[in-house]
Amino acid sequence: MSKADVNGGRRRATGDTAPEKRGDSRPSERSLRPRGGKFFEWLLIAVVVLYAAGLLLAPLVAIVLGSLAEGISAFVREMISVDALSSLKLTLAMAVGATVINTVFGVCVAWVLVRDGFWGRRVLNGLVDMPFAVSPVIAGFMLILLFGRTGWFTSVTDALGIKVVFALPGILLATVFISLPFVVREVAPVLAQLSRDQEDAALTIGASRMRTFWHVTLPAIRWGLLYGVSLTFARAVGEIGAVLVVSGGVSRLTETSTLYIFRSLDDRNYIGANAMAVLLAAISFLILMVIESLKKRTEQTQTQ
Amino acid sequence: MSVQASIDHPPPITAVRASMPWGRWGLRVTAFVYLGFMVALPLAAIIQNGFAGGLATFKDDVTAPIALAALKLTLSTAVIITVVNAVMGTLTAYVLVRFRFPGKAVLNATIDMPFAIPTLVTGVMLVALYGPQRTLGAWLNSQGIQVIFATPGIVLALLVITYPFVIRAVQPVLMEAEKGQEEAAYTLGASKGTTFRRVVLPAITPAIITGSLLCFARALGEFGSVVVVAGNIPGVTLTAPVYVYGQIESQNQRGASAMSILLLALSFALIVAVEWMQSRRGRRHV
Repeated sequence: MSKADVNGGRRRATGDTAPEKRGDSRPSERSLRPRGGKFFEWLLIAVVVLYAAGLLLAPLVAIVLGSLAEGISAFVREMISVDALSSLKLTLAMAVGATVINTVFGVCVAWVLVRDGFWGRRVLNGLVDMPFAVSPVIAGFMLILLFGRTGWFTSVTDALGIKVVFALPGILLATVFISLPFVVREVAPVLAQLSRDQEDAALTIGASRMRTFWHVTLPAIRWGLLYGVSLTFARAVGEIGAVLVVSGGVSRLTETSTLYIFRSLDDRNYIGANAMAVLLAAISFLILMVIESLKKRTEQTQTQ
Repeated sequence: MSVQASIDHPPPITAVRASMPWGRWGLRVTAFVYLGFMVALPLAAIIQNGFAGGLATFKDDVTAPIALAALKLTLSTAVIITVVNAVMGTLTAYVLVRFRFPGKAVLNATIDMPFAIPTLVTGVMLVALYGPQRTLGAWLNSQGIQVIFATPGIVLALLVITYPFVIRAVQPVLMEAEKGQEEAAYTLGASKGTTFRRVVLPAITPAIITGSLLCFARALGEFGSVVVVAGNIPGVTLTAPVYVYGQIESQNQRGASAMSILLLALSFALIVAVEWMQSRRGRRHV
């Protein structure tokens, strides 16, 4: 392999000098590079590719092989077990719920941050970043302090007959918290770049604010918004720390997929843990592909 | 007639914009209530709880031997991975932006993997590869290297989780930086190394620092991947976030709050530093 590299380097190196011999007055870009640069270049590429492959891809291969260690049938059996399926359902429901909440309110916050020059903006801006600074475990713990046995709001929720901690509302709140910044942070810059001419035109010819938002603003920010939404969803599906603290982890009731993996590891049910991990990884990959294509779209619309 | 009039004398645009004070205040209040309830209130609760016993007990809670060891472990592993990421992340970004090679698109997409894959799944993956019962893990064990349930496992997990940060911070700056300057340096006879040190590096240093700070902040709070690979032996491989989890489970709320406040203050300071650097850079561009 190294031999081929050296050969390739030499062949390119001779190619580099060719235009100069011809006496080309306009040296090609390549001839400007220092000599021997090609070999060094391939060395750097090799280092990076090996590092990334070793760090990211090797564990991925290992887990796929691990989940298939006892054959496909064992993988499928674990996958369609009642516990696994109900955990998956809960995870998806919570992720969808958190994504909807964060999308609606996230766009509101982004609008206030970008378009509304009022005094409270700086406070809001600082608050938006907090969930990224808070460890997920701490996020869950905060909810316990608010809604737990001796929490600030426990008397209120008790009076209303709502159980928050160790129940679904707690899981939802935890998921909303940890995935809160994405929509705001993706929509705000797009909104800031957006020219107000079209909105103003719509308003001047008599469109209501709502109509202007639906027909002018929303289409203009849609790729940034979708990018934020997919990041939110991906984060919500994979959350463990916050949910672990608030859910109570009752299987088939308050056990999300990540909690199912966590319990399976404790029970030494490695096939089950690996199978669910592979499934979550597959869902994440799907989202990742969506994100990649969205990134290309946003770059395209920005250059237009 | 009236149409003609409105064309001749359109209402001033500021008047149109200001025509819906209710909608504007509605949005302001919504944003405040949402962030206040979801973020500010929980923060207030944790700060109140951590300092409930006064400053002296706060100090006792944080300096308990196991808490202190956990904090030291978290800080030292965070420093290690920040340094590694600063180097490898910069290198990766440079290779991705400046060179063309087969598989570049795949590499570029792979780098986002840690952003998408659940951190717990990352932990399970690492156990599947380096766990003592696995081929690679068993071989490493026979060589006297224990990865899983030891500090190397924690470092490895953090490296995976934080790999994209420096890359994604440096990449756009490197793309914007003019290649012309580099080529000028080459034509003047500078070597690749000198050009990188004297021309490229100064331009991307702020971005490297920003990315590294984000790495560090992320490493301070990481739970999902670490809890699986660390083994969580108190005083040895128990990190600060896992310590907080343990304190919550054993109903020691005050101890959990104290450590949480410490971690929160650290990462908040880092995030503020990043924001400040970014706003400064933004102003320079404009």
